Amino acid sequence: MSSRTRSLTLTGALVVLVGVAVLASITIGSRPVAVGDVFAVLTGNGGDLADRGVVEARIARTAVGLLVGAGLAVAGAAMQGLTRNPLADPGLLGVNAGASLAVVVAISVFGVGTLTGYVWWAMAGAGLAAVLVHALAGLARGGVTPLRLTLAGAAVSAGLASWSSGLLVSSQQSLDSFRFWQVGTIGGRGLDLVITVLPFFAFGLVVVLLAVRQLNALALGDDLARGLGENLLFARSAVAVGVAVLCGAATALAGPVGFLGLVVPHVARFVVGPDHRRIIPVCLLIGPALLLVADVVGRVVARPTEVQAGIMTAAVGVPVFVVLVRRGRMATL
Amino acid sequence: MSAPVATSVDRARRHPTGRMPLGRDPVEAAADVALVTRAHRRPLRRVRLVVGMLFVVTVAVVLARVLLGEYTVTLVDFVRILRGETLETAPGASFIVMEAKLPRALIGALAGGAFGAAGAMFQTTLRNPLASPDIIGISLGASAAAVVALTFFDAQGFVVPLAALAGAMAVSVVMYLVARGTSLAGQRMVLVGIGVAALLASVIQLVMTRTSIQDAQAALVWLTGSLNRATWPLIGLLALGIVVLVPALALNARRMRLAELGDELSTTLGSPASGARLGLLIAVALSAFATAATGPISFVAFLAGPISRRLTGGRPSLWAAALVGAVIVVAADYLGDYLIPDVNLPVGVVTGALGAPLMLAVVIAAGRHGKA
Repeated sequence: MSSRTRSLTLTGALVVLVGVAVLASITIGSRPVAVGDVFAVLTGNGGDLADRGVVEARIARTAVGLLVGAGLAVAGAAMQGLTRNPLADPGLLGVNAGASLAVVVAISVFGVGTLTGYVWWAMAGAGLAAVLVHALAGLARGGVTPLRLTLAGAAVSAGLASWSSGLLVSSQQSLDSFRFWQVGTIGGRGLDLVITVLPFFAFGLVVVLLAVRQLNALALGDDLARGLGENLLFARSAVAVGVAVLCGAATALAGPVGFLGLVVPHVARFVVGPDHRRIIPVCLLIGPALLLVADVVGRVVARPTEVQAGIMTAAVGVPVFVVLVRRGRMATL
Repeated sequence: MSAPVATSVDRARRHPTGRMPLGRDPVEAAADVALVTRAHRRPLRRVRLVVGMLFVVTVAVVLARVLLGEYTVTLVDFVRILRGETLETAPGASFIVMEAKLPRALIGALAGGAFGAAGAMFQTTLRNPLASPDIIGISLGASAAAVVALTFFDAQGFVVPLAALAGAMAVSVVMYLVARGTSLAGQRMVLVGIGVAALLASVIQLVMTRTSIQDAQAALVWLTGSLNRATWPLIGLLALGIVVLVPALALNARRMRLAELGDELSTTLGSPASGARLGLLIAVALSAFATAATGPISFVAFLAGPISRRLTGGRPSLWAAALVGAVIVVAADYLGDYLIPDVNLPVGVVTGALGAPLMLAVVIAAGRHGKA
């Protein structure tokens, strides 16, 4: 097979995979609904059906899964490219820890208790943390380098997480609300919330997609990238903004889903090699597929209760990942 | 520093072309050897000096933890208590020192040392400042086992650390089996570790969302890392692990420094990459014992390596990292007890909350050493 047909086949297969995942997510649930009814609601003829609410909730949930899965996977790939560190996850800029601390503060200090309320707190926390990490990494002589960004991000994350634990250890009531948010779940969010957050995802995705060439240049190391005529500061800042917005929006919408952003880029790299022009689109497809499949499995595995997507993502994804790591060729960063 | 006899470097400096001149004068050659030897020994001397000073600081911090605080004990009384005498003036002092203050300080020092050494081993061998035993799921293995034991089996006392130890060991065995016989073993091990860590994290989350809020709170305290559970049998268990593992780790220290040069160079120098894996496994086991005893204390493994490197002038030293780790944990526990009146913060909260700015300061100041 030529490389062109190969990549076409791969893209086709992944698109089909996402399609199947979407279908499964709409038709399968902890509460059984007839497939005919589902399509009746989808085509707008389900006005009087008893299960209409269930189906609508599933549609919203599927939309959340698509956005969060794509956002985190793309952000993860960009983050690993930016820091040139295979251990980097999209939360490395402090985004997840910042969002979590903001939600903890919102719950324990301001008594916020609604998902919509959490979204804005989480967004604000994520943004502040990302800015803080960047500012701190830039304080050093010589400006922002990948290593400094990585260390500053890890340090800020760990510090913020400790403040969260400190608040939670001393307040049982806050922990009771927070423990369900911090698992990461895509259920229970309405379409209106999805539409509120949608512009952030769109912005982040566009920024990262426009920066794939710069990511490839950055992967060669600073000197070569500069030799290729890249403005390093601009390229890094653009990617960092994109990652922070994507990860912040995803965390605000679904809570911290850790595993996805770290691992999907590795899977993509195993499949298509080190070129970010291929990695990012592949992530854009694998991320949502993994999150939706995990969510569907989570709905049926412990009926009548559900296991949250954040938990199931690891349960579904890890075996695949381990097999890939053992068998696949290593595409190092 | 000026050498007593001119070396070939000096002659090159004086030479009009600035190039190293050909031909060797025996006196000059001897001076060259002396120059190189001195250059080689200077950092070693500094490492020894730093380790010695850190040891003194560690002892001082442990003593401060035992003697000071809300209940103060004089050094003389402390020695008498250690010798088994009962103080006529304060009969309860013996109990407070021997059952609360001393175990707490000792377990903090031991666990901190283990975390510090394990972290330094990981960062240097894998040449990655993010690498620590936490990342490949060792502390998560311990945490998952402990949380399950705490909530589902209502385990208490010595059972929890044993369960945690078993969990961490199970994770390291899985790691070893996965990484065995593959090339680029270190990298693969880390990647598999990330996967296993994610799986274990989701086990913990599952438990945290399914259990009662009281159990969840107890689990959270364990997960944050605290020295509250310090007892003599626990200290014995941790000390046993350290006595067995630290010498083994020290034997691997040379390999660690070679591994830092990269796979090709270290293989050329007689230390193939597969050997580095052994050092990592020992570090994993060490970290497992420490985590079992105290829970995962955030940041110590991560912080001790870079700080000790700053002190030693860039040369990695396991002993220095271990002592830095011990100082951090004992001091942080002291602060957690008395920083905010009436609130007893777990040590893990303090190491994270105060360690982060410290780490940032290290990063920002690290212009010259590059490695941060």
